[in-house]
Amino acid sequence: MTIVDPEKIVVDPNLVNITINDKPVVARKGEVIIAAADRTDDFIPRFCYHPRMSSVGMCRQCLVEVETPRGPMMVVSCMTPVAEGQIVRTATDNVKKAQEGVLELLLANHPLDCPVCDKGGECPLQDQAFSHGPGESRFVEEKRHYEKPIAISDIVYLDRERCILCDRCTRFADEVAGDPLISFTSRGNDTQVMTFPEEPFSSYFSGNTVQICPVGALTAKPYRFKARPWDLNETETTCTSCSVGCRIVVQSSRDELVRFQGVDVDPVNWGWLCDRGRYNFESVNSTERITTPLIKSDSGLVQSSWSVALDSAARIIRHALANNADSVAILGGARGTNEDAFAWAMLADELKVNQRDSQLGDGLTPEIFNLAQATIDETCAASTIILLSPDLKEELPVLYLRIRDAAQKRKSRIIEFSSHDSGLTPYAWRSVAFEPGRQAQVVRETLETKDMQEQIQRGEVVVVVGRANLAENEAFTLHALGEVLHAIPNAKILPVLRRGNVRGAVAVGLTPQQNSGDAIDILTKAAAGKIDCLILLGANPLADVADSILVKQALAQIRNVISIDTFITSSNQNADVVLPAAAFAEKNGTTTNLEGRVSNVTQQITPRGTSRPDWMIATELGLSLGIDLGVSSLDELHQKMISAIPEFASCDNEAAIQSDGVLMIHDALATISRGSKVLVDRNSYDYRLIVSRTMYDAAQSTITSNSLVGIITESTIYVHPLDLARIGVVDGTNIRVGVDEINIVLPVRAHSGIHRGTAWLPYNHTNVDIRPLLNIAADVIDVRIEQIK
Amino acid sequence: MSTTFKHAPGFVSGDRPKIVTSRFEFADSFTIERYLATDGYKGLRAALTRPASEIHDEVKSATVLGRGGAGFPAGTKWGLTPQQVWPRYLVVNGDESEPGTYKDRLLMERDPHQLIEGCLIACYAAGLSQCFLYIRGEMALAQERVATALNDAYAAGYVGKNILGSKFSVDIVLHWGAGAYVVGEETALIESLEGNRGMPRLKPPFFPAVNGLYGQPTIVNNVETLANLPWLLCNGVAAYTAIGTKTSPGTRMVAVSGHVKRPGVFEIINGITTFRDLIFGEEFCGGIKNDNKLKAFVPGGGSAPWFTADQLDLPFEASQVGPAGSMLGSGAVIVMDETTDIPAAALTLTHFYAHESCGKCTPCREGGTWLERIMRRIVDGDGTDADLQQLLEVGAMICPGDFPHAANEKLGLTAVPFPYKMTTICFVGPSAFAPVHSALTLFRSEFESRVTKRVTIPVTSVSSVKTVATAGVHS
Repeated sequence: MTIVDPEKIVVDPNLVNITINDKPVVARKGEVIIAAADRTDDFIPRFCYHPRMSSVGMCRQCLVEVETPRGPMMVVSCMTPVAEGQIVRTATDNVKKAQEGVLELLLANHPLDCPVCDKGGECPLQDQAFSHGPGESRFVEEKRHYEKPIAISDIVYLDRERCILCDRCTRFADEVAGDPLISFTSRGNDTQVMTFPEEPFSSYFSGNTVQICPVGALTAKPYRFKARPWDLNETETTCTSCSVGCRIVVQSSRDELVRFQGVDVDPVNWGWLCDRGRYNFESVNSTERITTPLIKSDSGLVQSSWSVALDSAARIIRHALANNADSVAILGGARGTNEDAFAWAMLADELKVNQRDSQLGDGLTPEIFNLAQATIDETCAASTIILLSPDLKEELPVLYLRIRDAAQKRKSRIIEFSSHDSGLTPYAWRSVAFEPGRQAQVVRETLETKDMQEQIQRGEVVVVVGRANLAENEAFTLHALGEVLHAIPNAKILPVLRRGNVRGAVAVGLTPQQNSGDAIDILTKAAAGKIDCLILLGANPLADVADSILVKQALAQIRNVISIDTFITSSNQNADVVLPAAAFAEKNGTTTNLEGRVSNVTQQITPRGTSRPDWMIATELGLSLGIDLGVSSLDELHQKMISAIPEFASCDNEAAIQSDGVLMIHDALATISRGSKVLVDRNSYDYRLIVSRTMYDAAQSTITSNSLVGIITESTIYVHPLDLARIGVVDGTNIRVGVDEINIVLPVRAHSGIHRGTAWLPYNHTNVDIRPLLNIAADVIDVRIEQIK
Repeated sequence: MSTTFKHAPGFVSGDRPKIVTSRFEFADSFTIERYLATDGYKGLRAALTRPASEIHDEVKSATVLGRGGAGFPAGTKWGLTPQQVWPRYLVVNGDESEPGTYKDRLLMERDPHQLIEGCLIACYAAGLSQCFLYIRGEMALAQERVATALNDAYAAGYVGKNILGSKFSVDIVLHWGAGAYVVGEETALIESLEGNRGMPRLKPPFFPAVNGLYGQPTIVNNVETLANLPWLLCNGVAAYTAIGTKTSPGTRMVAVSGHVKRPGVFEIINGITTFRDLIFGEEFCGGIKNDNKLKAFVPGGGSAPWFTADQLDLPFEASQVGPAGSMLGSGAVIVMDETTDIPAAALTLTHFYAHESCGKCTPCREGGTWLERIMRRIVDGDGTDADLQQLLEVGAMICPGDFPHAANEKLGLTAVPFPYKMTTICFVGPSAFAPVHSALTLFRSEFESRVTKRVTIPVTSVSSVKTVATAGVHS
């Protein structure tokens, strides 16, 4: 028996001992009673309380009794902090009576239209009316009536009759999303949630309000009247719409996806999702999906069988390889699972195809993954967050929520370097603007100033780095990063490359090998007629590569294109072979998010038609080529990947992969040095172009989602309001934008977040193709903006 | 100007002390000239020559009770702010909107400088760096007079930087309300001042003294409380505590309305003047209109449980009124004579509170309206006897447990002491129930004569159908 020196027992000063229903509970200082009770078996009913938001004590449902010197006192457990020795009772007669009373009052004006309500069956009001309600109502007056439901945005519908005014949605919009577009109006019994006049609830995060609504007051268009909760099948998985890797629950009914819900995991998304990730499942259900292999014929693509198509693909590859191993290239692979990418990398290794790239010229060099890395949590706990990134609200929305939260709660200070105002600008401690191409200099000079130096000394610094501007050479971002790391050598970085599994694809080897060129080099070689066979792994270079002239030339020159995709796109409509790939939620595997966190993706529905996961296509194509990759199941493939790829050696923890995920092993080997690039001054009549993505662009998954397609805006160029006057037109006028002899016509709008002399052109929107203006070889792009006379 | 009002509010012919209404008899009482001619800003001058802690102690030892409703001693309240946290604010609650209450309005209209001086003394004594004066939106004249007075006071160097040459600087910011009863509640007032919806905050954690306006320590004081300070500083603690009783020293303003011969605001002596003095005394209201009989009266604003003639001899002393089943509240007495339709009177009050509910917490938002609708039904003659029980049951969801009420000899009732328990954040919800409960407890027969008695026909006994021909029988 070991004897412990009593003086050496360290009591955590942050722990508080309380009693809940006569059982001892250890709580944390500052915690409210209901949070402590949630770790016990004693459930306290609640509607307005949400652990990720501040408490308001509005619904009064969580009343409990706390012993005081003056006897038991009724308090709301969502607002009362725990205290040493506190005695809490959650089920005394008084408490029960009070809780029943509140529930009866909540139901007094509730329409009780549960049989036709989407929430019925998973409704906290319904559930708690059964568990903590009085059983029947004494309310005989006429209930409140409102028009039902009303659309408060393109996606969300509000039924004010069902609303119990818990303040969850309004609090979320204000506190978490920073889009306070809904609020209470009127007073007393007429209080209602409403949008402001002429301003819809057009938040990128509106779907979360639907998820956290404790009644059926908020419903979302994609799920309305689609299914009943008890008919749903569900599985937990990881969203791969972008690289944040939010944990979600995928729900299906009759083998069709009907709803995604956020799962609250501490390291990543805290239960929140963006609307694109939440609703673009409709594209999986789309009738436009490719369901059978297609091969080229005189009359275009025709349906075929797997054996014919695979044979045909194998013949093409064999033929091309016979000429030269360098005449085959693979683009894409960042949209699938780690296993998909690994299988294709193995096949490419066997075929000695070195020209492969999962990025499409719109990211950054994979070397940044070799710098000292920070996780999302570490980023949000850092004293200083330096942003050298695209607008996170547009590209990686849930990461925006996390970083905004850190800034709002004054845990971190944001120093933003950006060429135009981003979603995080209002929360930045300092936002430093630069003209595209000049960031390295601006970063250097800014970080030399006294207040920046003081701030940097305060503690950890994390640099969030990504490709902010597609009309600017990636070297500029890397030079700016070099300047930051020169000034702050121990800063960690959080690389924010947006494509779903780009990090996993790079790790397994879908990245240029043996010093061969990247995607742009491949396309440049192709345009010069040096590529015979191009394999597109879910890639659509015509949409993704910011240089349509180059891609068009390349596709015209390449002899054969093999595409593995879920849809017919502009890039594969003339392909020789199109193989139907299983989409998200149609396959199992793992994915890697931007911080290198590996978590599982799971299959919930049967793949459409005869579509197959990418890894299976790789193995079968291998067999057709006479190569045996040695895997016959996903498990085998996964084990093989873990043992072959050192970064994934940590991924044998099945349980962790199925919940919070596992961080891949990461050696910080590389450094990045300062560099510079000579930049020609801008002609003062021209506007320097900023091209970046917005959340709702013409991405394949968005345009094939019925609920989202209407939200995508038409291509528009944005300039500073004073520049609009200089151009001499009014807001919304069509103007001509030109580079050299290329001109496009599109509307111009004033935007106070754009700096003078620059113009912001959102990428990949509808109506007008802006890509002809872009030249990937150029350092920066300066455009003329002229009135159409 | 020598015009004086003979019957100005608070004016008394006798030798009763006047603390806050001393200038009311002058027609120009609101001007700085009159104020300075009648010892104005003398208290402030006196205060500034002494250390702040001494002034604070003086106010504490004088036991200046808060006059807003809760009756918490101002000196003690000032001591609750954490030290060395800056900035810290004084917020003056001039959002007087309790039914029947209009004393602060007169103080602001008739003697705004007295209030301003009180604010300055409070800021000096409690170490507060800025003062916000929140005046109810509907009080146009008060707003105008306070604003003019503040401009004059700034010009004369009484407010602003280095007041009267001292190191003490304070700015006073005026703010007009937008018309919501609940903003009279201190945390809702702070929300409103911050520009948000006027909704109360929950205490804990939002005790204004620690976490108030803009998250800073904040003292919220009533207009009348502060108006007492200049006199106190001029005349000293002994003179102040010589008036009234030990536990309730000084005077207080009481607004009387209803069926009395001379309604108005009167400065009465704390703890000594009784309700009988006030309602029947010749120097006050002079008795019931038309010499009718008194039926009931509300002793402390619309939200207080009612009293009847049995309680007339109670003095204005919280420690006696509380155990008797009601509260002194905001200093408003509403008198109802024998002609009063009690259910209708209760409905009027309940309607007010249901209408003024901010909608934040469920019991008030839903329960208040529910009570109002049942009451409306009864008053309209559509109620049933089950509704009477229903009223009490709905009320119990807002205020669980025994609700305070007065004793009544005739009905054989013993008093249930104040306060009540509540499931709501603030007092608006219980206030909707208080008049209903009082009316129903003290005047149940008036309700019973209004409602239809429903008799449930026993299923087993067919013969009883003969005696009760229809289910609904008017009594």
